[in-house]
Amino acid sequence: MDSRDAIFERVRSAIGRKLGQKPLPPPEPLLRVSAKTVEQRLARFRAALEALGGTVTLVPNFASARQAVETLVDGQSFVASPHPFLAQCGIAGMPYANPEELRNACATAGVGITSAYCLLAQTGTIVLRATPQEPRLISLLPPVHIAVVPQDRLLTNLDEMLSMIPRPVDDSSAMVLVTGPSRTGDIEQFLVRGVHGPGHVHVVIVGG
Amino acid sequence: MSAPDPAIRTTLADANLQLAIYTNTGRFKDNRSKAVSPETLPEYQDLRTRAAEIKQHTLDFLDVYLLQLEAAVNANGGKVIWAQTGEEAADFVLQLAKEKGANVIVKSKSMTSEEIHLNERLIHHELDAVETDLGEYILQLAGQRPYHIVAPAIHMTRHDVADIFEEKLGVAHDTVIENQAMTARRVLREKFLQAGIGITGANFLLADSGAVVIVENEGNARLSHSAPKIHIAIAGIEKLIPRMRDLAVFLDLLGRSASGQPLTSYTSIVSGPRRAGELDGPEEFYIVLLDAGRTKLLADVEKRESLRCIRCAACLNTCPVYRKIGGHNYPWVYSGPIGKVITPQFKGNEKDPWLPFASSLCGACAEVCPVKIDLPGILLKLRHEAKPDPKDTRVFGLWSWLMRRPAMYSLAAKIGLSWLGRQPNGWLNKVPWPANSPSGPLTAWLSERDFPAPPPKPFRELWVERKVKERKK
Ligand code: SF4
Repeated sequence: MDSRDAIFERVRSAIGRKLGQKPLPPPEPLLRVSAKTVEQRLARFRAALEALGGTVTLVPNFASARQAVETLVDGQSFVASPHPFLAQCGIAGMPYANPEELRNACATAGVGITSAYCLLAQTGTIVLRATPQEPRLISLLPPVHIAVVPQDRLLTNLDEMLSMIPRPVDDSSAMVLVTGPSRTGDIEQFLVRGVHGPGHVHVVIVGG
Repeated sequence: MSAPDPAIRTTLADANLQLAIYTNTGRFKDNRSKAVSPETLPEYQDLRTRAAEIKQHTLDFLDVYLLQLEAAVNANGGKVIWAQTGEEAADFVLQLAKEKGANVIVKSKSMTSEEIHLNERLIHHELDAVETDLGEYILQLAGQRPYHIVAPAIHMTRHDVADIFEEKLGVAHDTVIENQAMTARRVLREKFLQAGIGITGANFLLADSGAVVIVENEGNARLSHSAPKIHIAIAGIEKLIPRMRDLAVFLDLLGRSASGQPLTSYTSIVSGPRRAGELDGPEEFYIVLLDAGRTKLLADVEKRESLRCIRCAACLNTCPVYRKIGGHNYPWVYSGPIGKVITPQFKGNEKDPWLPFASSLCGACAEVCPVKIDLPGILLKLRHEAKPDPKDTRVFGLWSWLMRRPAMYSLAAKIGLSWLGRQPNGWLNKVPWPANSPSGPLTAWLSERDFPAPPPKPFRELWVERKVKERKK
């Protein structure tokens, strides 16, 4: 018997069940979704992310989004996702020919610019989903991460996202909830930002 | 039954260490209290109940969820590896590393891999297996095991770290914590970019999505599952929950219970290798599902609930015993109340028979446990199962013999009490018997306390007198 079968046999005998026996339905999770106005969500998102050391910039249109990003980048080298929303804002994502090129660009850039799957107001969270238009390393290797996101992607909380889309990773290989900058307290519980991931996180929310 | 270990005395006598353990766990404890207070999270108790129910349900029907997970992982292009033992899990990693020529392996913090001594095994085979969580990295350089489930290096100071970095990395002695963190970033970034394999643990496994959930603050887990060509997640079979939606309950409890954070900086939900058109992410994705004693625990209906644990360490931070003796005086990698509960079940109760007894059963752990494990209740069961100490048996045997004979008992009590009543305060200290000698078991206790002289009449007599009086009325 191989390990798989051995483990299954032990599990079944431990809990007294037979192969193919039907289970009871699982208890429902507690999804807490409360309707919040756009203003409330914006205020909450800003408060939550700023408390963690990130910044939030609210802009009315694509052109001003591009301007806000330029100010944040401040002449540093940057990489940007080939994401249609960034293209709409006029933020050029280089088309990387191969994985090596992308990786090297991310490893040396000062700033990584992405869009996002959605934002969660309650916790100040950026939800990223790995796709060909949203590579993982852009928001991870550079010391600064800027996310440019349309305002209609600002949800109240994780519960709202999961009640709308119960299985959001079915069509992606990875999802990351980013809540503020990278941090550690491993030495004397002294807070240091940017230990492995970006130490600076900026979100530009594009209204209208 | 008492802990034989003189190392505990050393810990208790080390004032700096005592201060470090006390303040660090204290801060976690306070942050947790604030984060789950009724003002901050009014639904906290409902969440706990739901989390306990969902976990218990998953364990009770684990075969179904394991099958579901396996099917989903396969559908996503990943693979499930089944390991009955830690050796089997390590062998798989070794084999794969050899096949793919991966000499550098980056690892993010995982108690499960600590449990099976994965790093030691890989390093033994001359692989460069590097811990990447800052605390774990420091410990790896120092050759120590984690002191705490969530904050592995809470017993160390910036001065210790400066010494270790100077000695092991050849950098200048520097006690500025920011600089130490940036040194680690620089050294480990190189490793991330060289590594052929990234190994992570899993806080949860999602049966419906075929995904691994990893919760962290530093970004080293993200790097471990994003940069190398191969990602291996190693997890115990008890880590399953049925659906992605359940995360709404569990994430809210885990971060708050562990460190008071509503959400940690990063929560990764990894469901397979990179898909067509993606330029990064691993090309191969494996979940190693580990038994290594878990099915034994699963079979024990009374104690099965200890598998609900989500390793938040809230029980450590609140435990008066952990907060004095620290993490290294427990016999296994899992310390604190949960360590006391699972170590005897994994390793056998005979190995460290004192363990379930080293508790005041104050119940603080059960009160903070986000999945409502009855930790003191299980400790009592383990005590019950333990082979009794012959000394205890003699004393309590006599006691129980006497208790079963009311006439004898009352006579013995009368004689004893009349003698006791005539003794001055502090008398027990002065009785010349071995228990009172400088190294005797009662000396420390009595140095702070006195055995109060009993009242002239015991309660039983008062009761009878009162009944008689009432009848007369
Ligand atoms: S037993 Fe409960 S409190 Fe302790 S680590 Fe596990 S989940 Fe947390």
